[in-house]
Amino acid sequence: MTEQVTDVGPPSQLSSATEQSLIMRGLICGPKLAACGIVLSTWGVIMLAMLGIFFTTHSAVLIEDVPVTDDSIYQDGNPQRIYAMYNSVGYNCFIAAAIYILFGAFSTCQMKLNKQKEYLVH
Amino acid sequence: MSSLLRGEEMCLAQLFLQSGSAYDCISELGELGLVEFRDLNPSVNTFQRKHVNEIKKCEEMERILGYLLREVKRADISLPEGDVNPVAPLPKHVMAIMEQLQRLEVELGEVTRNKEKLQRNLLELTEYTHMLRISRNFVQKSSEREPLQVQYEEFPFLEKDTMMDYSSMQRLGARLGFISGLIKRTKIGAFERMLWRVCKGYTILSYAEVDEYLEDPDTREPTKSVVFLISYWGDQVGQKVKKICDCYHCHVYPYPSSNEERNDVVEGLRTRIQDLHTVLHRTEDYLKQVLIKASESIYTWVLQVKKMKAIYYILNLCSFDVTNKCLIAEVWCPVDDIPTLRRALEEGSRKSGATVPSFVNRIPTNDTPPTLIKTNKLTSGFQNIVDAYGVGNYREVNPAPFTIITFPFLFAVMFGDLGHGVIMALFALWMVLYENNRKLKNTRNEIWNTFFEGRYIILLMGLFSIYTGLIYNDCFSKSLNIFGSGWNVSAMFRAEVWKNGDISGNRFLTLDPNVTGVFNGPYPLGIDPIWNLATNRLTFLNSYKMKMSVIFGVIHMSFGVILSTYNHLHFRKKHNLYLVFLPELLFLLCLFGYLVFMIIYKWLVFTAKDSRHAPSILIHFINMFLMQGDAVQPLYPGQTGLQVFLVVIAVLSVPVLLLGKPVYLHWLRNGNHRPGMYRGYERVRRNSEEELYLMRAQDMEEGSSHSDLSTSGERQTEEFDFADELLHQAIHTIEYCLGCVSNTASYLRLWALSLAHAQLSEVLWAMVMRVALRMDTRLGVLVLVPMFGLFAVLTVTILLVMEGLSAFLHALRLHWVEFQNKFYIGTGVKFCPFSFSLLPSSFEQHGLL
Repeated sequence: MTEQVTDVGPPSQLSSATEQSLIMRGLICGPKLAACGIVLSTWGVIMLAMLGIFFTTHSAVLIEDVPVTDDSIYQDGNPQRIYAMYNSVGYNCFIAAAIYILFGAFSTCQMKLNKQKEYLVH
Repeated sequence: MSSLLRGEEMCLAQLFLQSGSAYDCISELGELGLVEFRDLNPSVNTFQRKHVNEIKKCEEMERILGYLLREVKRADISLPEGDVNPVAPLPKHVMAIMEQLQRLEVELGEVTRNKEKLQRNLLELTEYTHMLRISRNFVQKSSEREPLQVQYEEFPFLEKDTMMDYSSMQRLGARLGFISGLIKRTKIGAFERMLWRVCKGYTILSYAEVDEYLEDPDTREPTKSVVFLISYWGDQVGQKVKKICDCYHCHVYPYPSSNEERNDVVEGLRTRIQDLHTVLHRTEDYLKQVLIKASESIYTWVLQVKKMKAIYYILNLCSFDVTNKCLIAEVWCPVDDIPTLRRALEEGSRKSGATVPSFVNRIPTNDTPPTLIKTNKLTSGFQNIVDAYGVGNYREVNPAPFTIITFPFLFAVMFGDLGHGVIMALFALWMVLYENNRKLKNTRNEIWNTFFEGRYIILLMGLFSIYTGLIYNDCFSKSLNIFGSGWNVSAMFRAEVWKNGDISGNRFLTLDPNVTGVFNGPYPLGIDPIWNLATNRLTFLNSYKMKMSVIFGVIHMSFGVILSTYNHLHFRKKHNLYLVFLPELLFLLCLFGYLVFMIIYKWLVFTAKDSRHAPSILIHFINMFLMQGDAVQPLYPGQTGLQVFLVVIAVLSVPVLLLGKPVYLHWLRNGNHRPGMYRGYERVRRNSEEELYLMRAQDMEEGSSHSDLSTSGERQTEEFDFADELLHQAIHTIEYCLGCVSNTASYLRLWALSLAHAQLSEVLWAMVMRVALRMDTRLGVLVLVPMFGLFAVLTVTILLVMEGLSAFLHALRLHWVEFQNKFYIGTGVKFCPFSFSLLPSSFEQHGLL
């Protein structure tokens, strides 16, 4: 049996080790979870933004989603109170859309780290 | 183009292959995947075929390749995933491959055996070390007595047996012996009990557990072991103890008699273990290198061996001609591909350097060829779902090109939601755009593969759902007001019908379209968005969707009946047109077509002003059958007369459908009766097959059915045929007429499923999103974010996956049963060409590749 000893010296070991430790610390979720996060946040941003627009334009179809009780609707003559409620729900939707933008950015970060880790190992 | 409608025209061809170039020609044909070979030696056993030795050699090579693949997989080496497509090796190159494989197998086997031996050795030494270390503690307890060894003269050590004086031996006849070793932890309890029972106190057992896990060489699992030390008196006890140790598979190691001996042995063991580690390390490296080298070409070899085996299998299907120089093969081939076939044969002959070329010859046949329908990546999905019901008969009309549009449309009628359609279409678009990505194509997950194969179907389903979502005006259960509603509430106040107090006083108020200004015309596209706010929304939508379902059903079924004319005309059975198609169509249209007419008439003629006395279509329809025309006010003048006329025509068409075709065929056969001449001709001369074929073709054109020439009495066969034909037609009639009624009702599932989808969507919004949106507090946003996530997950799982699969299934059923039983027979055989890319690999089945 011939003994073949091939000594493969590791390439820049030092920098790859620090890189790897940085990546390991930043990585929380795997690639599939990050992809789900990106899809969910894209959907959330688009849908919540559109909902916010429809609420601030006082669309009638969304009347049941506004926090107003049935008997207090026709208390006063003008609809300003109801419009104010519509606006507040609309602003809620916009803030939620902004939170989803942050969530999307976080997911994209995780995705990039995952790609880097895959690239490093191979 | 005619290929997708009807299937390719196929022919039976004979290939004459020269012996020298047969291998290359078949290799060329395998690469192209044009033809299907027929077995010319069906009576021959697998072991008696001509090329059985070559196939055995191939299987031997596959065995070695399987062993190599398992070793490579065990060593966690990844195979190079190339898109290589090596051609089948020539017989003269096969020996080289075989030699290489055998050499690799021998080398690998040797190295693996050596490695195992070394590992066993290492395990023994490690165990011995543990034993020495731990058993030191047993003796340590009595170590202070060591200088008082004099006291043990009564029980001298066995090792000193040879030089012993017999005096001490005779004094007690007892010897103190030690047996030490290792045993599995799971067995130590039973071992102890067995020792006690057998040796009855003449043994002392001390044991302690080893801390680390040792690898069991047989099972390669880490197990826990226990070091034991047995001290016993007497020879016979010693024999018994040894037998028990054997029985429990203990690893026994010699016990050192003194501390110096023990330390010497420990030192020696340590050096030996270190040496062994180095040697083992080097052996593993070498093994890995051998495997890496093998893995580079293993994929190519697997493909080559697979192709070679396939070619020999096909060669076994061929037969030799009379001169024994040339191989004959019979193939089914599409007529349009015969030039390509010729070119392939020429290429094969050229490659093998044969002087005489191989050629192809078309032969006539009575057998029905297999059905081939050429598809591309768009149509293959739809063809698959048609073939799942049944492969079409040869040259029968193929429902697949129509299914490309009707199937997604019927799905969308049941699914009808704009938002869900957008999500489904985007998902399918992603799959379509990334369809060449290797990771997506080659996953082994069955469920994902099903979705991926149907990506174009899902894309079309999503796009059509967007359209029906616009028509139903339903987007995540909310309506979109794009054009402005046609209803106006303030007009009711302007016309003084409602007063200010009415709103607080009443729970429900009805908008009256007869008041001026309330209803300003229909919404341009789809359902008016105001219906989303109405409490009687379902009453209106149910009526609308039910009528729509019946209309679609009758149109779909009529289309199916009309498609059967294509079959009748192609197979030259014109009598079917008048005796089968016409009564069927009349029955369907006179009854259910008239129902559709009444629905549309009512929609067009009656307006909101006449709504109080609008007639009920159902009552009119029932009265039509009961012939009670005067019970209710007629829809239009002359209605009673027309209805009676339609019912009479429908009822008359049933006996025509039942008796027309059998009677006509019987009359035809009796009229053109030429039994004597025909059979005499057959008996006097042995016809060639071609002449018989021509005569049969003549028969076919005249329209008489084939009677078996070998049966005795022709009159008997005719009677038998007539009864058979009559029974067949009776079953068809009953099935058709009852089926018309039940199938029309079956289309109401279009209404049912769309209602279910809309309601589920509304419930999801009300229970999830509304709760989050109605939160009035400051923390409303914090609740909205996770609730939207929950809403999204539930939408995808319940509304997209579950409802999508449900609507898919019901649309499929509508196609398979209600549409296809009007014209499609589907009892054909699918064309399976000989192609290397379609052959399964046994390695893939075992998950090795």
